[in-house]
Amino acid sequence: MAEVLVYVDHVDGAVRKPTLELLTLARRIGEPVAVALGAGAENTAAALAEHGAVKVLTHDASEYADYLVVPKVDALQAAVAAVSPAAVLVPSSAEGKEIAARLALRIGSGIITDAVDLEAGDEGPVATQSVFAASFTTKSRIAKGTPVITVKPNSAAVEAAPAAGAVEALAVTFSAQATGTKVTGRTARESTGRPELTEAAIVVSGGRGVNGAENFAIIEALADSLGAAVGASRAAVDAGWYPHTNQVGQTGKSVSPQLYIANGISGAIQHRAGMQTSKTIVAVNKDAEAPIFDLVDYGIVGDLFDVVPQLTEEIKTRKG
Amino acid sequence: MSLRIVVTVKYVPDATGDRHFADDLTVDRDDVDGLLSELDEYAVEQALQISENSDDDVEITVLTVGPEDAKDALRKALSMGADKAIHVEDDDLHGTDAIGTSLVLAKAVEKAGYDLVISGMASTDGTMGVLPALLAERLGVPQVTLLSEVSVEDGTVKGRRDGDAASEQLEASLPAVVSVTDQSGEARYPSFKGIMAAKKKPVQSWDLSDLDIEAEEVGLEGAWTKVEDASARPARTAGTIVKDEGEGGKQLAEYLASQKFI
Ligand SMILES: Cc1cc2nc3c(=O)[nH]c(=O)nc-3n(C[C@H](O)[C@H](O)[C@@H](O)COP(=O)(O)OP(=O)(O)OC[C@H]3O[C@@H](n4cnc5c(N)ncnc54)[C@H](O)[C@@H]3O)c2cc1C
Ligand SMILES: Cc1cc2nc3c(=O)[nH]c(=O)nc-3n(C[C@H](O)[C@H](O)[C@H](O)COP(=O)(O)OP(=O)(O)OC[C@H]3O[C@@H](n4cnc5c(N)ncnc54)[C@H](O)[C@@H]3O)c2cc1C
Repeated sequence: MAEVLVYVDHVDGAVRKPTLELLTLARRIGEPVAVALGAGAENTAAALAEHGAVKVLTHDASEYADYLVVPKVDALQAAVAAVSPAAVLVPSSAEGKEIAARLALRIGSGIITDAVDLEAGDEGPVATQSVFAASFTTKSRIAKGTPVITVKPNSAAVEAAPAAGAVEALAVTFSAQATGTKVTGRTARESTGRPELTEAAIVVSGGRGVNGAENFAIIEALADSLGAAVGASRAAVDAGWYPHTNQVGQTGKSVSPQLYIANGISGAIQHRAGMQTSKTIVAVNKDAEAPIFDLVDYGIVGDLFDVVPQLTEEIKTRKG
Repeated sequence: MSLRIVVTVKYVPDATGDRHFADDLTVDRDDVDGLLSELDEYAVEQALQISENSDDDVEITVLTVGPEDAKDALRKALSMGADKAIHVEDDDLHGTDAIGTSLVLAKAVEKAGYDLVISGMASTDGTMGVLPALLAERLGVPQVTLLSEVSVEDGTVKGRRDGDAASEQLEASLPAVVSVTDQSGEARYPSFKGIMAAKKKPVQSWDLSDLDIEAEEVGLEGAWTKVEDASARPARTAGTIVKDEGEGGKQLAEYLASQKFI
């Protein structure tokens, strides 16, 4: 069976969920071969094997942390040369898309970004994309070269499918461009202990209606009662009430959880672009005319300062 | 010293309009008003600020690849303060994908001459966020992308990239390709004076032959990707909407429980 390269997103060996989802999708079109780079790469093997990787190609070098994007492109290109895969799948993070794009150009291939589903087809894998703020669904394929496709988080269920996961060292020669953009400093983001926004099964968001940084405690309390991630609209972020890393929408994160709860958010097109593919949508807004209500499965017309704390209490009671 | 900045700007269908696809599965541009992609205004703004903060002689050229009407996007950027504009326009460009667009932009940037290319973080229609990386790859220069802060001094570009796991300080020598996010600083509004001045600024038009690109390398036929189907997402079935009369939170909890979220 044809091999499919899966680029591994991991933090010091801990594989992030979107990569495990990619392994599920990769199995629909071939045998997954994972590529893990940087510090802790070898420690990813067990998790990858458990989810279907027949092989794990690893390589560590200081270049991956010290320079931007290109060293990873060099490595992925080396993996393509070694394996001649039927497709290359990369998680749709900002960096993932840049890596995938440069790889596609180098190997003479097309690129599809932000796929939300993937199917085997007669002429190669067919990717589903959700475009124009999720108002259209398209199906596309790569017409020339080895398909390079980036896939959004939460596009497939994670399935265990034990495979050999044999670790092999990947030989990488860095290009002249690899050291072009130096990372001169790095400040790690403090963990909130809440799930990662793009990976969370439930997202609870607040917008301008939350009316102040201190009031986000209400949103956080609801999120914590559900084990959810916290999101924010751009209006709330621009006002300085919540960090930009939590922004949901066109220029923030695009989320696709099982449940999205929008509080005090009107539902502007740019916000919808980042959450419209959520499975179930709930909104609390005091304006019955707010456009967000066009999207909801369940909406409460009311003041979030009354509704949200009551909801949080009720959830806690029910969960005992 | 002089610094030549090329800002790439895209002409896109208005996101608040009724965007849809034409019969050939390309974007229907006739039915919806177009405009300068709002995220490219941030790129123009940063170019202007680099110029204002520089002792060097800075020339800002705005570049677009797009149909006839894309001149509107160039005019907007010129009225913000850019010096001149280049419009790459050719019927054979219809349906070009990301790889093809990067070819055209790279050839145009090289022909124009540059020390720094500044792009937006993503277009507001395709929203791929890949063009800046593709351009850097084609030009063989460093990519310093997705910056929320950018500065240029003594032939070096520095910036801050706020990623998921960390915030990174980046540095590269010119020439380079930069892209900036909407966190980089509010874009200015064109002044009346700026709008009047823009009318006199030069707009050059280039076609594929000016860039030594064959028609087969771009357009729908030359595309590396093929869209096979595009369909409007079915309207969501009308949801339940309840007015809070004191029990809204409890009712919502009941709904969430019925859907097995609690
Ligand atoms: C809904 C939709 C989905 C698409 N999906 C794909 C796909 O999966 N694969 C694919 O290959 N193509 C795809 N395309 C086509 C692709 O978007 C365009 O070919 C293209 O211009 C590059 O991508 P982008 O607009 O997303 O640019 P991005 O990479 O998001 O743009 C980043 C920056 O590049 C610059 N830029 C981009 N285009 C131009 C331009 N024409 N002129 C000047 N500067 C520009 C701007 O500075 C912009 O801010 C899609 C188009 C649409 C409308
Ligand atoms: C290029 C571009 C990119 C953008 N990217 C994004 C993006 O990524 N994400 C994003 O969110 N936006 C984005 N925007 C901004 C977007 O257009 C809207 O301005 C923004 O989403 C509005 O945020 P909001 O809904 O919180 O605020 P508003 O639109 O002001 O809505 C606030 C809502 O809260 C309700 N409310 C007020 N008080 C209460 C209360 N006590 N209880 C209940 N409800 C209450 C009001 O009825 C109202 O509906 C972008 C815009 C542009 C131009």
